[in-house]
Amino acid sequence: MNRNSPGRSGRITIEEVRHVAFLARLSLAPGEEEKMAGEMGRILEYVDSLQALDTDRIEASFQVLPRKNVMRPDLVTPSLSPEQVLANAPERRDDHFLMPRIITS
Amino acid sequence: MELIGMTAAELSAALRRREFSALELAGACLEQARVWEGTIHAFLHLDPGDVLGRARRADELLAAGEGGPLCGIPVAIKDNICVPGMPATCGSRILENFVPPYAADVVERLEAAGAVIFGKTNLDEFAMGSSTENSAFGPTRNPWNPERVPGGSSGGSAAAVAAGVVPLALGSDTGGSIRQPAALCGVCGLKPTYGRVSRYGLIAFASSLDQVGPLGRDARDLAMVMDVLAGHDPRDSTSVESEPCGHLRELEREEKGTIGLPRECFTEGLQGVVHDAVMEAARHFERLGYRLREVSLPHIGYALPAYYLIAPAEASSNLARYDGARYGRRSPVDSDVMEMFAHTRREGFGPEVRRRIMIGTYALSAGYYDAYYLKAQKARTLIKGDFDQAFRDCDLILMPATPGSAFKIGEKSEDPLEMYLSDVYTVAVNLAGLAGLALPCGLAEGLPLGMQLIGRPFDEATILRAAHHYQKDSDHHHRLASPAGTVEDQP
Repeated sequence: MNRNSPGRSGRITIEEVRHVAFLARLSLAPGEEEKMAGEMGRILEYVDSLQALDTDRIEASFQVLPRKNVMRPDLVTPSLSPEQVLANAPERRDDHFLMPRIITS
Repeated sequence: MELIGMTAAELSAALRRREFSALELAGACLEQARVWEGTIHAFLHLDPGDVLGRARRADELLAAGEGGPLCGIPVAIKDNICVPGMPATCGSRILENFVPPYAADVVERLEAAGAVIFGKTNLDEFAMGSSTENSAFGPTRNPWNPERVPGGSSGGSAAAVAAGVVPLALGSDTGGSIRQPAALCGVCGLKPTYGRVSRYGLIAFASSLDQVGPLGRDARDLAMVMDVLAGHDPRDSTSVESEPCGHLRELEREEKGTIGLPRECFTEGLQGVVHDAVMEAARHFERLGYRLREVSLPHIGYALPAYYLIAPAEASSNLARYDGARYGRRSPVDSDVMEMFAHTRREGFGPEVRRRIMIGTYALSAGYYDAYYLKAQKARTLIKGDFDQAFRDCDLILMPATPGSAFKIGEKSEDPLEMYLSDVYTVAVNLAGLAGLALPCGLAEGLPLGMQLIGRPFDEATILRAAHHYQKDSDHHHRLASPAGTVEDQP
């Protein structure tokens, strides 16, 4: 599997779909993986047209404003109360968000 | 007095003259919503008690001689913008029970001006879409023809204004989501220059592209809203300090500059009636005293591919927070935390959102980042450069807003790529961070046709002024959709 040749993006493998789904914390049912591979493949084939551009000497524009490192003083200012923060909690206990077990070993 | 169909400026003047109260106006809008909602489903949340309470407070401000030009004016808010105490679902099951504990900067500004927040409007899920068919809560229908889409993702806001339910609405635009539905619904919609309006409280889709903007009946109304919305907000580090612009004041100036028509935007793929309507509008601008010239945007053909890498990539990062931990829906499948995350997201996100998260994650993943995400951001530099170059030869760019008039519900929803092509004239503007205005310029087979004006960074004033000049001498923007499906002209 040559991961550095974008021209082959029309063929996304099921392994790649599973890997990306894992990175994205998305679960896909077995039938859905095929469909997703096909859809991703078509979209990636379309965006492959970008490869025709000569961008060797071009800088990336991650954003278009000439702004950098916007800072504020390191002071505590009023924020949300614990009640406000927890108001939408799916599960809570006192001032904590209740979660399924994270460390399982 | 018929309040429906009056512009915000007209309503504001009449409110000050005490011809009617903000309470009566809100009542008329609620009645109009009652007439239309069964057909168009523009709203996800509309609480008459809340609206009337806000209208009463506006009347108090008006009686005390306080409140700005928007005092008492109903404004519908797209459901990805936070209004405390009202749901903000983003059109998604994953946030179907989310109630924000804070207000967006734009909402605070509207409330300080005395505007009457009028419910939350429907959208494509997380603003991903061009038809509002991707809403988890059902599509919005175009008031001009309910078999057709209103466009997206701000379809609810555009439909609500087009049906005369509200004179003003807020939307958001990442790849055309204000301008495209405005064009398909025959109303005006402005995406401000990136950084002009705070994104604080706009639930993020793609942070380098998103902007909040107004939809309304005409350029003057949009100018009124821009005077309230525009300005620096320290809570949004991408919002820009700028002199208060006085967009409304700038409207009445007479100067007419040069309008550039990009040759690449008038070729095949554009529906004949749209081409003709936009060219007709160009000739109209010429009669008004604008000079026309051809310009070129040679890299514009790469804007859609670049956008459909950058936007999903940024979305994959922004939507990582929806994991069922702290807010929103949580899956009952919770044997362990990773299973809970994966099932929450699978159950909560619709197919288009999942598709874009997958594309975005792939484009950012090790081994593919350079070829995809980085390449797209370099293409972005070239696209922005084209606009910078064009603006040496003109003050405004005129091009279509959409490739065609409103398409049928279901027509493009089978093929994601076909839907993406609806954005062909809008995405480049987001990539370049420029301001773009869609406004009506014709009607064909009962469906509105729109055009798009684009300006230099932070030059919304010139765009709005040109639209205002056009609208003083034309009447496309006066048309209101009617429940009978026929066209009515408002005086």
